[in-house]
Order: sequence, then structure tokens, then C-alpha cells
Amino acid sequence: MQKSLAAPTGTAIRNPIQALARWRDEFKEIFSARVRERQLGFRYTWYLGALTLGTFSIQLITGLLLMLYYHPSIPQGYADMKDLHFVVSSGVFLRNLHRWSAHAMVFLVFAHMAKVFYRGAYRPPRELNWVVGVCLLLLTLLASYTGYLLPWDQLSYWGTTVGSSIISSTPFIGEKLRFILLGGHTVNANALLRFYVLHVVILPLAVILLVAIHLWRLHKDGGMYVEHEKNVEKR
Amino acid sequence: MTSDPKAPHEIALPQPIEEEKSIPYWEMLFRETIAIELLASVLVWIALWWNAPLELLADPQQTPKLAKAPWYFTGLQELLHYFPPFVAGIILPTLIVVALVVVPFFNVNIKDENLWVHHKSQRLAILGIVLAALTVLLIRFDAWDALLPVWLIAIFMGIAAANEGRRDRGFRRWLSSKPLSFWIMTWFLMEAVVLTSVGTFFRGPGWSWIWPW
Repeated sequence: MQKSLAAPTGTAIRNPIQALARWRDEFKEIFSARVRERQLGFRYTWYLGALTLGTFSIQLITGLLLMLYYHPSIPQGYADMKDLHFVVSSGVFLRNLHRWSAHAMVFLVFAHMAKVFYRGAYRPPRELNWVVGVCLLLLTLLASYTGYLLPWDQLSYWGTTVGSSIISSTPFIGEKLRFILLGGHTVNANALLRFYVLHVVILPLAVILLVAIHLWRLHKDGGMYVEHEKNVEKR
Repeated sequence: MTSDPKAPHEIALPQPIEEEKSIPYWEMLFRETIAIELLASVLVWIALWWNAPLELLADPQQTPKLAKAPWYFTGLQELLHYFPPFVAGIILPTLIVVALVVVPFFNVNIKDENLWVHHKSQRLAILGIVLAALTVLLIRFDAWDALLPVWLIAIFMGIAAANEGRRDRGFRRWLSSKPLSFWIMTWFLMEAVVLTSVGTFFRGPGWSWIWPW
């Protein structure tokens, strides 16, 4: 067995090489040193999980760049959209990539869920990871929905109005819930600011946290699912 | 460890287990990176050709003829057209989320047992009752497009039941081997696809039916 270069856990790290080696050892908490070739066959996963993570990475990068040009206020938010289209170099490309990649992410996260379901990859011991995945699906929808309002054009304003009116139909607390989400009784400047904070801080952080748990659990539960493992009772 | 000391050569040695081929993890990362790069290339290409929509500045005084939610919510909006907001906007989505969360905690989903292998006639009767109840309910609310997946799934379940016990390897044999969870999830996905498509492409001003061409 290859000896680790890293200093034993708990001891001080004395040089950069040791730090790198320790980091490499920690990395193995997420990836097995070796994987069964069967686990990587395209037909088993269609790489949907990795692709979803890929679109999320695109969202983070393009989203950070878009934040440099966007002010969450009325009507400046809309003016910034116009600037992205006509003033900022590659601004329209940046916005397009963020938008289309968001659509792709929503589609891929659904496809990933369906694929995992049809392969039966939710079976014990992977129950927790399935539930984490469902939470990630909901967070993806919320992230997409909150981002939809930010351009502050007719499409986004009325789309959000339709969406938020559903919340108010919750019995007893519907109006209160809607008030908390929007910061008022209608979609206005407060709603824009709240959606912005949700979209660029709270939801991405929650997604990053859950993706980390998702990958860590995947590794701990034996990597990508291969059929006919234990716990599968076939007819 | 044989009970017969006179014949030590006849001990059945375990057959060598064929080692499954394994590859290092960086090979996995490499393949996944290639997949992500291909997708990113496609998205960049799309972003170069098609602009994200941007309409006029939002005006709360000017209600557009048609206010549509983003495409992944148009299925929900389609349901809202038929059912009261509390049912379509709160109860149904909550039920769907709860149903998804509990998937791995039900034994019927773990065992993956052919739905028609036991109690076939009782199960067919239950299917008939559920089908009739859903049909009456959806017609009562004029939700014809939501009825389509219900009937499609019921027809395929009927075909599966009729072909239970086949020994060949065709489509009908495959269909008849499916468990209940398969049918429920396929129904849910079909409803999602049909309602989302109708909401996105076939709805015009006042949520009236239009043809997309």
C-alpha cells in the first residue's frame, strides 16, 4: 500500500508538500481511490449528476460576473439589463449563458432524479442521499424562480406575481407567508431585494452545502450504484 | 476441513471469483470533466445564437394579456386553471414532494416486485376503481389534458397484466415485470410533461387554448 506523504492526522503540517499531501488524502473522503468500471458505464447514469453539477458551476461563475453589473433596485435593475445588452462587453452573452444554463440545470436535475429512480439507486443505504437529492431539486426550482424576477421586465414581474399569488392560498397563514416572501402585499422594490438576497446568497450557499453532503454520502454509500448489489431482492 | 481424512484431494476448492475491472478515480473525474465540457460547449453555442428574453420595464398598472410563469411552473399553472388554488397550488405540490421523500422508506419500492404476480384479479379491480374515480374527477373539472396520461398508464398496466408470466424477452415481458412504484413514477412524469407542454405551447390570452403554429 502506498504510504501517505501527509503528516499523520493531528500533527502539525511543516511544509507545503505535506499540506498538499494531506489535502490529497482528504480528497479521498469524496472519491474512492479506485472505482468499478461498471459504475462508469454511460448507460447507467448518462452522467446526469455530473452534468447537473456542471451547469451549477456555470451558474456560479456567470452569476458572480453578472453581480458586478447588477443593482437590485427599481428601475436600476432593468437599466442594468439594458446595459448588459448594449454597453458591457460580452454582457449579453453572459446573461444568455446564465439563463440557458439555468434552464438546463432545472431539466437535468429532474432527469437525474428520474434516472436514479428507474435504476432503483435510492435503495438502502442510499435513502438519506435520495432525500438530500429531493431537497436539491426544490432548491434548484427556488433558485430559478427567484432569479426570474431580477431583470424586472414585464415578463418577470407578472410571472412572479402569478407565482406568489399561489402562496397566499395556503389556509390561515397564506397572506402572511406571501408578505414575508415579498416584503409587502405586492411585488415591489422590497420583493426584488429579498429575491436578490435569496438568489445570490442564501440559496447558492444551501445548494453548495447540500451538494457537498450529496457527494460525500455517495462515496460513503459505496459510490455510484450498480445493480444486483446487496439489499436488492429480485423476483 | 474435510470430514474424510482419507481423501484430502477431493476437497472442493472455491472457484476463483473473477475480479471486476476497476479504474482509478482520476479516470472517473476525467470522463466526467469531458462530459461537462461537452455540455458547456453546447450551452455556449446556444448562448451565442439565442438571446434571453427581455421585455419592457415592469409596469404594475399594465396587466399583460398573458402572464405565464417560467416553463417549469407552467404545469402548475395549468393545474391552477382547473382546480382551486388551494388544491392545485398547495395540496398537490405538497403531496408530490412528500411522495418523493418517502420513496426509499417503503418496502414495496425496495422489493421491486412485479405488480401482477400476486392477487392479480383484486389488483385489476383496484386499478379499475382508481381509473374510474380519477376519470370522473378530472372530467368534472374539465381537465382533459391531465386525463390523457391517466388513461395511457392504465392501458399499459392492462397490457402488463395480460402478459404476466411471459417467458420471452420482448417489450410486453419487460412491461409485465414492472413494480407499482414504476407505474406511479411514470404516471407522475407523464403528467408533468403533458401539463408543462400544454401550459407552455398551447395556452394563449386568458389561458385559452391556442395552436403553437
